[in-house]
Amino acid sequence: MNRFRALAAILCIAFFADAVLSPKCAASEKVAVGSKVFTESVILGELATQLGRNEGVDTIHRSQLGGTRVLWNALLAGQIDAYPEYTGTIAQELLPGAPSEESGLRAQLAKHGIGMTHSLGFNDTYAIGVPEALAARLNISTIGDLRAHPELRFGFSNEFLDRKDGWPALHSAYDLPQTHVTGLDHDLAYRAIASGKIDVMDLYSTEPEIAFYHLRALDDGEKHVFPEYKAVYLYRLDLNQRAPAFVKAICRLEGAIDASRMIAMNGACKLDKMPESRVAADFLLKQLQIKSESREPDTLMVLLMRTREHLLLVGISLFASIIVAVPLGVMAFAWPRLGHVILVAIAAIYTIPALALLVFMIPVFGIGTWPAIAALFLYGLLPIVRNTHTGLSNISPGLRESAIVLGLSPMARLLRIELPMAAPSILAGIKTTAVINVGTATIGALIGAGGYGQPILTGIRLANNSLILSGAVPAAILALLMQSGFGLTERLVLPRGLRLKVRS
Amino acid sequence: MFDFESVRKTFDGKAALEDVTLSTPSGQTTALIGPSGCGKSTVFGLMTGLLKPDSGTIKFEGQPVTPARLQMIRPRIGYVIQDGGLFPHLTGLANITLMARHIGWTAETIRNRVEELSALTRLSPELLLRFPAELSGGQRQRISLMRALMLNADVLLLDEPLAALDPMVRAELQDDLATIFRRLEKTVVLVTHDMNEAAFFADQIVLMRAGRIVQTGTAADLLERPAEEFVEQFVRAQTGRLRGQLQAGQHS
Repeated sequence: MNRFRALAAILCIAFFADAVLSPKCAASEKVAVGSKVFTESVILGELATQLGRNEGVDTIHRSQLGGTRVLWNALLAGQIDAYPEYTGTIAQELLPGAPSEESGLRAQLAKHGIGMTHSLGFNDTYAIGVPEALAARLNISTIGDLRAHPELRFGFSNEFLDRKDGWPALHSAYDLPQTHVTGLDHDLAYRAIASGKIDVMDLYSTEPEIAFYHLRALDDGEKHVFPEYKAVYLYRLDLNQRAPAFVKAICRLEGAIDASRMIAMNGACKLDKMPESRVAADFLLKQLQIKSESREPDTLMVLLMRTREHLLLVGISLFASIIVAVPLGVMAFAWPRLGHVILVAIAAIYTIPALALLVFMIPVFGIGTWPAIAALFLYGLLPIVRNTHTGLSNISPGLRESAIVLGLSPMARLLRIELPMAAPSILAGIKTTAVINVGTATIGALIGAGGYGQPILTGIRLANNSLILSGAVPAAILALLMQSGFGLTERLVLPRGLRLKVRS
Repeated sequence: MFDFESVRKTFDGKAALEDVTLSTPSGQTTALIGPSGCGKSTVFGLMTGLLKPDSGTIKFEGQPVTPARLQMIRPRIGYVIQDGGLFPHLTGLANITLMARHIGWTAETIRNRVEELSALTRLSPELLLRFPAELSGGQRQRISLMRALMLNADVLLLDEPLAALDPMVRAELQDDLATIFRRLEKTVVLVTHDMNEAAFFADQIVLMRAGRIVQTGTAADLLERPAEEFVEQFVRAQTGRLRGQLQAGQHS
């Protein structure tokens, strides 16, 4: 029994020490800038962040938080204070039915407590891209020309596939015959089109890859399906009181970035592999004569921070899973009918794709660490509940009856006999959950939870394999450490009598 | 000690016990014997309250066994099963003292009682610190017996306690058990399938077949005055095996 208490104490101390040490306690005068998971958004987020700092506002950049919905909800909920957005997206996606001209949008946004800057100076609309050589061979120059080639393979980003102003609008306006469309990540689509796996993809008009991969952007002049996507900043109107200097600072970018400058900045990041912070700092120095520091923390510090974030995700979720799953496993064993329901329900949770589960968590927990922990917690239940149930089921009837006839009460039997005997199985379940969590937690970066998933996400976006490895390798090492760490724990915690082979 | 009156017990509609009436006299040893599936383990299940009868009554010291009384009866029952039923995560000592510690005996009372029992069962005290997996089958049964005797139970229920042991160990433990039973004057109920073992221990033998009691009596009654042909067959099969064993012994 003492060994179990010791283990519980160690777990508590380890997890809560980490939770307390985490510098997540946000002061209210801080301004948080968000950005979406693509380079242009990250650069614009970085520009706003550095401008804010330049004005002496304590500004942080919560980079690559997710897609439009995640950012918009985070802005409404006050988890971020500003982020770069596009007028077309606002009119079509965020405020459907709102007037599309700027003043009308601004009035609608104000009802939600959100302000909007004027256009930053460029229009990043959707375009449809086809490899130049293919387009020349098939004589395709407008979107309408695609009608004659139903055999072309389309690969669109998932957001483009789902947006009302994306593929559905394009499909019906041009009456395109292609019905089979592959959904894939935008950055992976460039690799797919370069290697000939797909023929047609969606583009953003300010992307440097259009030139780099020799793509032809098709003309939308016939139907004007794609609305204007002028870049703006959305910000919470309460910033006018909380940090007016910040609002003034980002307004300096209005009209300051034309399309060629944006393409150049995108190219510097995506093709020349320069960090967004450096690119943003260079721009501010050249265009606005602002000398801002681009913060590039050293590699070791970043690794330590990621490790801490990752351990936080895995540790807290694992701890919560244990606390909930062991009693659930006991209940499932004690009441078989209820147990069936519990096991089926938890297995059902397990089948929800990780990304979907994360998105479901956002309305409840917002963005960042907690929704990721909640999702990991839910995933972590299955192995522990199942192994607790199995461990208890495997106790022989003779031993169970011996404990009853000895006169121990049901609770004493559970605590002194049954749970200790099931401990090897329960620990194995906990180990499974821990190792799986280390891998699954990388997905948490999609909703701003950080961890080793962050460099993986950035690496995919920038097609930078070494960046991907800088997240994947530590995650793999951590999983191995977990595995061996639990081996050690088993030796410490399991009663020696359970580790011995029975003498015949 | 236990009195069964017309007890019937079914599992999934199949009768495991039919019209069983028996009593186990205080201070004496009763052996339940019969072929596999004859219902002798069901009788044990009913005595320990792990099972409930479909009809008939079961009395303990003249009072019907009720769920409420069960909690008072169980500490007075010592229970030993075939492989000892020791909890593998506890040392021998922890197994023996589990209940005493649970109900708050002082360390000294516990120590004295363990010393007494280890002398009684002729088990050297240093073996008590081992885990069940580190003990031989015979040692495990001695510890199981100590656990059953720890709270000074009035009744010992032994379910095939010697069946898993090799013959040498078995004979030695048989002698020791017989001595202990005689010295402690406990009421003992022993389930066995071995006629020789039953004859060796029991004051009263209850021979069962297919859920019914065929004959109750002393070993001599069963040998000399079998109630029906099955009794004769059963006894002959068992002693015949003994004769065969003896012959095999002479040839080796």
